[in-house]
Amino acid sequence: MLNLLVSIKQVPDTTNIRINPETGTLIREGVPAIINPYDIYALSLANFLKLRYGGKITVITMGPPQAVSALREAAEFSADKLILLCDQKFAGADTLATSYTLATTIKYLEQIDKPFDLYLFGKQAIDGDTAQVGPGVATRLGVPIITYVIRLEKLDPKKREIIVHKKVEEGIEVIKAKLPVLITCEKEVVSVPFSPVTEIIRANKVNPEIFSFKEPISFDSDKVGLKGSPTRVHRVFTPELRTRGKILNLEEEGLEKVINLIVEILKEKGIL
Amino acid sequence: MTKENPEVWVFVEEINSQIKPVSLELLGIGKKLATDLETKLGAILIGYRIKNLASELFSYGAEKVYLVEHPVLSYYRHEPFRDTLAYLAFKYKPDILLVPATPLGRDLAGGVATCLETGLTADVTELAIDKEKRLLLVTRPAYSGNLMATIICPEHRPQITTVRPRVFSIPEKRKQAKGELIEEKIDLKEENLRTQRIGFIPKERVVNLEYAEVIVAGGKGVGGKEGFSLLQELAKLLNGEVGASRLAVSAGWISHEHQVGQTGKTVRPKVYLAFGISGKIQHRVGMQNSDLIIAVNKDPSAEIFQIADLGIVGDWKKVCVALIEKIKRERKP
Repeated sequence: MLNLLVSIKQVPDTTNIRINPETGTLIREGVPAIINPYDIYALSLANFLKLRYGGKITVITMGPPQAVSALREAAEFSADKLILLCDQKFAGADTLATSYTLATTIKYLEQIDKPFDLYLFGKQAIDGDTAQVGPGVATRLGVPIITYVIRLEKLDPKKREIIVHKKVEEGIEVIKAKLPVLITCEKEVVSVPFSPVTEIIRANKVNPEIFSFKEPISFDSDKVGLKGSPTRVHRVFTPELRTRGKILNLEEEGLEKVINLIVEILKEKGIL
Repeated sequence: MTKENPEVWVFVEEINSQIKPVSLELLGIGKKLATDLETKLGAILIGYRIKNLASELFSYGAEKVYLVEHPVLSYYRHEPFRDTLAYLAFKYKPDILLVPATPLGRDLAGGVATCLETGLTADVTELAIDKEKRLLLVTRPAYSGNLMATIICPEHRPQITTVRPRVFSIPEKRKQAKGELIEEKIDLKEENLRTQRIGFIPKERVVNLEYAEVIVAGGKGVGGKEGFSLLQELAKLLNGEVGASRLAVSAGWISHEHQVGQTGKTVRPKVYLAFGISGKIQHRVGMQNSDLIIAVNKDPSAEIFQIADLGIVGDWKKVCVALIEKIKRERKP
């Protein structure tokens, strides 16, 4: 039996973000919120491990009230417990404050139930791409971390040992670790399961619990949200563009002329 | 004795006793920041049997090298590297710490910033100093690269930030430069560590996008894997690499290591050929420092044309195929 924790984030589907060209501001309307795609792989891995070894899955997220929908979706990965950390006081958190809030919650859950064997995170969230929260939480929990995991080779619940493949710049490292361990998941780690209807029905009955700043955990108000965040946004601006060069129309100029021009440039740059 | 200003530090990433170019790039920008703050530039060298690398760091601008050597540090692992770097920062209290935004550096920085309870910013594209307030101004793309944000960390030290390869250039090497080597001993034991590397599978071929001189890149307009094999052919003829936009990568037409942009790599080739790429900011931040940009897109309002040196409105495939043929023809004896 494994006790599994998955941490997820609801993010705007950034491939759909548009900018108002006149004001230079974000058009937020109609941008759908999704579970961060890398967190889907973490959920899928938890689902796979539960099927194989049995156990319990707890999913936590921090966000506004509408993040409940992300948890409901996450429930379909055979999750047993869903927790939303939701409070005005949590808002505006940078990665330091976020890792404090998540780690404090995880410690509380371990205290009232039992310690987790594996903490599963996505390798990064697509809205910020920092990849900072996983290492931050591991540091606060005092557990080892393996980032960018692409494969689970072996898990031995008796020996409490895990062997995973980790992507590094020069290749793949095979890492052996003692449980508990925190893993951040890459896309390849496991295939995303198809939820059968029975699972969707079961998932519907799992109700998210809401944790506020006060209940059931007492957080340190100096460490959460904007107040607990050492970084501040100083200025936001639209980036300057380079000066526009020459624009030619292929049909008007003719293919040959255009090709000769490109070849000329490549020769000038010493490439041809 | 006058009190010296807190230093600017660069974490040095090395592999098999080779300093990675990004570390030298960080020494370059680190030196500028240190000059503005009237302080010294320190390089942090953590590993095993790497003392000989110190002279190279001096020649690229480091005035001090902090060295920690231990068998446990013979390859990178999060915990011992994090604890070592955090220990050094705690002891010497630098003002700024720059870390490469590589997979290793990101893994490390998140832990170190948490140990030191300080601010960390990722993937900066610009660094400057507010001399009056002695603050680091960190500019990075925000909202998935649709806007730029300048971030500060006013009250916590060090100000930590990760910087991607190729955002800054490698400084000139100075011969016979000397500096101060500070060796620190740290008590580490293998048996206390809970992770162990038991195998390594090297990559068959490393995609060297960051340092390629020519990049032939494709986006959504390329339409599929077949399109990318044409780009591959052209890249091969030009001795370059293939790049891709996020959309092409998420469509599964090409692997992620080819991705250029906010969620991919930052590149600065001599020539960047963009085929069927619309050029959203998230892509542009990764390639706008290219010496020369040639873009082909059928949509005349594509944003890529705003930064292209030569823009061609038309069918990317016609241009790509004709270019391949022309180069092949010219090469025939």
